[in-house]
Amino acid sequence: MEAGSATVIMVQFAIFARSLETGRGVEIDVTETIASTRFETVIGLEVHAQVLTKSKMYCSCSAEYASAEPNTHVCHVCMGLPGALPVINREAIELCVLTGLALDCTIAPFSKLDRKNYVYPDLPKGYQVSQYDLPLCQNGTLVFESNGEPVTAGITRVHIEEDTGRLLHRTASDGSDISLVDLNRSGVPLMEIVGEPDLRSPEHARDYLIALRQILRYIGASTGNMEEGAFRCDANVSLREAGSTEFGAKVEIKNMNSFRAVERALRYEVERQQGVLEAGGTIEQETRGWVDARGVTVGQRTKEAAHDYRYFPEPDLPPLALGADIVERIAARLPELPAARRARFVEAFGLGEPEAAILTGERETADYFESVCESAPAEGRSRLAANWILNDLFGLQRERGLPPDRMPVSADQLAGLLDMLEADQISARAAKELLAQLGPGETAIDKARSLNLLPLDDDDAIRTAALETIEAFPAAADDYRNGKKAAIGRLLGETIKRTGGRARPDAARAILEELLNSPS
Amino acid sequence: MELTLDEVRHVAALARLGLTDAEQELMRDQLSSILGHINALNELDTESIPPTASVAALQNVWRDDTVQSSLPREQVLMNAPRQNEGCFEVDTPLGGEESSS
Amino acid sequence: MSAVAGTDALHWLTASEARTLLDKKELSAVELTQAHLARIESLDPSLNCHISTFPDRSLAQARAADERIGRGESAGLTGIPISLKDVLVTTGTQTTAGSQILKGYESPYDATVVQRLHAQDAVFVGKSNTDEFAMGSSTENSSYGVTRNPWNLDRVPGGSSGGPAAAVAAGEAMLSLGSDTGGSIRQPAGFCGIVGLKPTYGRVSRLGLIAFGSSLDQIGPFARSVEDAALILEAIAGHDPRDSTSAPMPSPDICSHLTGDLAGVRIGVAEEYAVDGMEPGVETAVATAVESLKDAGAIIKQVSLPHTRYALPTYYITAPAEASANLARFDGVKYGLSIDGGSLREMYEQTRGQGFGPEVKRRIMLGTYALSSGYYDAYYVKAQKVRTLLKQDFDAAFADVDVIVAPTSPTVAFPIGARLDDPYQMYLADVFTIPANMAGIPGVSVPCGFADGLPVGLQFLGKAFDEATLLSVAHAYERSQPWWRMHPELGNEI
Repeated sequence: MEAGSATVIMVQFAIFARSLETGRGVEIDVTETIASTRFETVIGLEVHAQVLTKSKMYCSCSAEYASAEPNTHVCHVCMGLPGALPVINREAIELCVLTGLALDCTIAPFSKLDRKNYVYPDLPKGYQVSQYDLPLCQNGTLVFESNGEPVTAGITRVHIEEDTGRLLHRTASDGSDISLVDLNRSGVPLMEIVGEPDLRSPEHARDYLIALRQILRYIGASTGNMEEGAFRCDANVSLREAGSTEFGAKVEIKNMNSFRAVERALRYEVERQQGVLEAGGTIEQETRGWVDARGVTVGQRTKEAAHDYRYFPEPDLPPLALGADIVERIAARLPELPAARRARFVEAFGLGEPEAAILTGERETADYFESVCESAPAEGRSRLAANWILNDLFGLQRERGLPPDRMPVSADQLAGLLDMLEADQISARAAKELLAQLGPGETAIDKARSLNLLPLDDDDAIRTAALETIEAFPAAADDYRNGKKAAIGRLLGETIKRTGGRARPDAARAILEELLNSPS
Repeated sequence: MELTLDEVRHVAALARLGLTDAEQELMRDQLSSILGHINALNELDTESIPPTASVAALQNVWRDDTVQSSLPREQVLMNAPRQNEGCFEVDTPLGGEESSS
Repeated sequence: MSAVAGTDALHWLTASEARTLLDKKELSAVELTQAHLARIESLDPSLNCHISTFPDRSLAQARAADERIGRGESAGLTGIPISLKDVLVTTGTQTTAGSQILKGYESPYDATVVQRLHAQDAVFVGKSNTDEFAMGSSTENSSYGVTRNPWNLDRVPGGSSGGPAAAVAAGEAMLSLGSDTGGSIRQPAGFCGIVGLKPTYGRVSRLGLIAFGSSLDQIGPFARSVEDAALILEAIAGHDPRDSTSAPMPSPDICSHLTGDLAGVRIGVAEEYAVDGMEPGVETAVATAVESLKDAGAIIKQVSLPHTRYALPTYYITAPAEASANLARFDGVKYGLSIDGGSLREMYEQTRGQGFGPEVKRRIMLGTYALSSGYYDAYYVKAQKVRTLLKQDFDAAFADVDVIVAPTSPTVAFPIGARLDDPYQMYLADVFTIPANMAGIPGVSVPCGFADGLPVGLQFLGKAFDEATLLSVAHAYERSQPWWRMHPELGNEI
């Protein structure tokens, strides 16, 4: 199996499909450049990522809300009962700092939590405990690739806060609109990652998000699952005359619930603003919501009283003073990040860029690959492992509906299988069958044996198959005997087939030749 | 420091306090008077003084990430003015309401 | 003077006296509880100390206490009848915070202090009256009627913890717990002629205290003696990991420090605590008290707390600002009053407009204004900076003295209705008590005599977390005087 051009295309497709994680109806967008020459697009993204902790931000309720019955992961703290007091989840702070470190941020030696006051039925206390002027992390960068080019975007800040509950909308029996408040999500830790307005196209925005999400998954700070709402994105979009250094009036876009929605919404919005400006109009600073079904952004009416959040220091929570010792200890949790690992895979394992990219797409996959390679540091192992993972294991993973970070067989199992292949103990075809049948806890070699997939070392059995073949194909046998040596190919194939594919070709050929050459 | 009725209404709207006309006028007069006393603070030069938000001399107060049991749902909902399908029920917020981040 | 000296009546015992009798089995917790419940039944129709009582439950607790005493396992407060200010959440009975908006509200959890008292098998005789959400200085802001001062029924008991203060002064409870954000324990203790202690911020867990000004609030006791106040403080104090502002230190040993010796103790007197509007009777009583401290061997020193006059305006920014956020949760969605207004917005505004009383609305407005865009720096941040100065005043003063002595309040209990029309006049009742909350230090009010037949309170202020010295001085003063054994004559003595 060579990593030919077909593999490369397949790999690129896989990167795209896996990154979008939709799994259904993925279209490869032809990257069209929409910015006119007159205007430059300016985009900044604000990402809210749920922090991957077991318990909530300020109480010990389970942070798992998606599958729970409404209002079953709720206590006095996260439902804002009178007299309730918050206690910070240390792991949430550490994961937020870890995110800041992964994004090259400065970690604040002194930080505090603030109350952000606003009224909405999903916010039980009437304020959200967030961070205002002293966020945990500031001034970072995210380097990502877009259209094969490296792009550097600034990260303004990363701060910690708490999620709100959820509203479920219903129509009451009298026809009025009612909303049901489920507080299971209330108080789940959330990081807000604010990016600088350094993105210049909707594609930048998409690739920025893909790279950011990959880092968060790598460091274990968030699942980054966009469909489940664990990774949410708002965008600030403005246009300015090319060459200008001033920013135009920015429009905030909300309600984008997938990577694809982000790209489509931004593309729509850029074109909309361009149209307004080219017609001599002006852009109003406003918030617009993306309506996915209609493919448009729509202005959201806001009251003038809105957005006076009256932040002030949360008196129930003492400040955070993360000294160098604490930050160092958190930094020790940082794994090799995707970009560095990709580069190392190219360098150390002799992989192509696209293969390295997909093998490092998920930290678990990269660990898996390395683990499979470690057991046999021979030259050919990394190539072989890469090909098997990219083609066979990913195929099986999709077939079985496994998440992208879970492989169908363990690294040890695959290593065992590759050991057999490398030692020529099993045919490629049998190996594929073995892979499909390998269950948890089984070793490759034992399973191959029990499935009769190991080569047939029994010459008598091969001899029987060869004799049957010669008998069944007398013409071919005669051709061979008459000097048409190539005719043995047909007989060889048939003989191997009659052994269930288990006869080694060289052994079968030797026996056939012996039988055909011997005077009968 | 004289507050206007418009300011009183703006602040009442932020605080979601329904005030009658008479209450608004009384509030304007009383708050103006109280703020008048409070403005005595301007006699002090505090340019170089750091703020004190809390006198608790503590920092890095946190807990381990462990899950403990939540309240039984009956207790979560036991004081609910309106409930439905195991949830609190409200009239659906209108478009003009502030919404969550 | 409508005061009578101590009698043998059960309802005038101190908790430490009752402890001895209970442990010697000369008195049962049930008898003691019945005496206090009877007192509530006969007096509360006029005094209105309690919002809720639950006699059956109180007696059940008393029986449990007697069993424990029978096993010889009694703790300091086993079987002692205690009243809880109705801002402390309790299971099994409503917790109203003195507000219509929480009428009938049942908490699914107990405040930490309630848990700790319960763990000693103390007896709860009722939930006592308070200004709505602890905002006020007279209990006139309660939605459940004013509490009357046991020394003069036409006078206020002070506030906001007027209910628990009057309950102890009237013999309806042996001890009670209140909360003090700007003087709400010390001022009513002074008005009612009993001991009221505001511990150091962080000394007692605030979990389950319905928050008013979170950086200022502190739970503390009312008692008939300093020794009793120390006894209950030891029971409720100590680190609570569920309150992040709770100091990580064990409950202090105070009772063993109550030696009654004042020799060599340095006591500061601050010139700034003489203000306009101070009643001569109060001034005289306090001056006499200072003289007697000196006679007992204390060293009296002048100290300066130069920013004292700014404490009140600072407080009236900080506390309302925090309150405006703390009270946002009362929105008619999850619990409490909910007035259907046809839309969500209307529901919010009607519920809060009608559910909160005038003083609460005033403070929510003031706090919202002080935090709002454009005024945040001028008011909220300014107040935070002045708070630093107030704290520095005490730091400097306590470099020279062990405690500071001052009046608790510039006046004795004022007539009901006298200050309702002028909020700022009402606020002035707390002018001497607010600085301690701003600095987080402990303060205690002990009775120091009478003026116009009404009790005068003497306030001692101590260093942060040095309640031992503070209460030792207060105890020594108390025992040198007759005042702590005085009780109001309430006519229908049982």
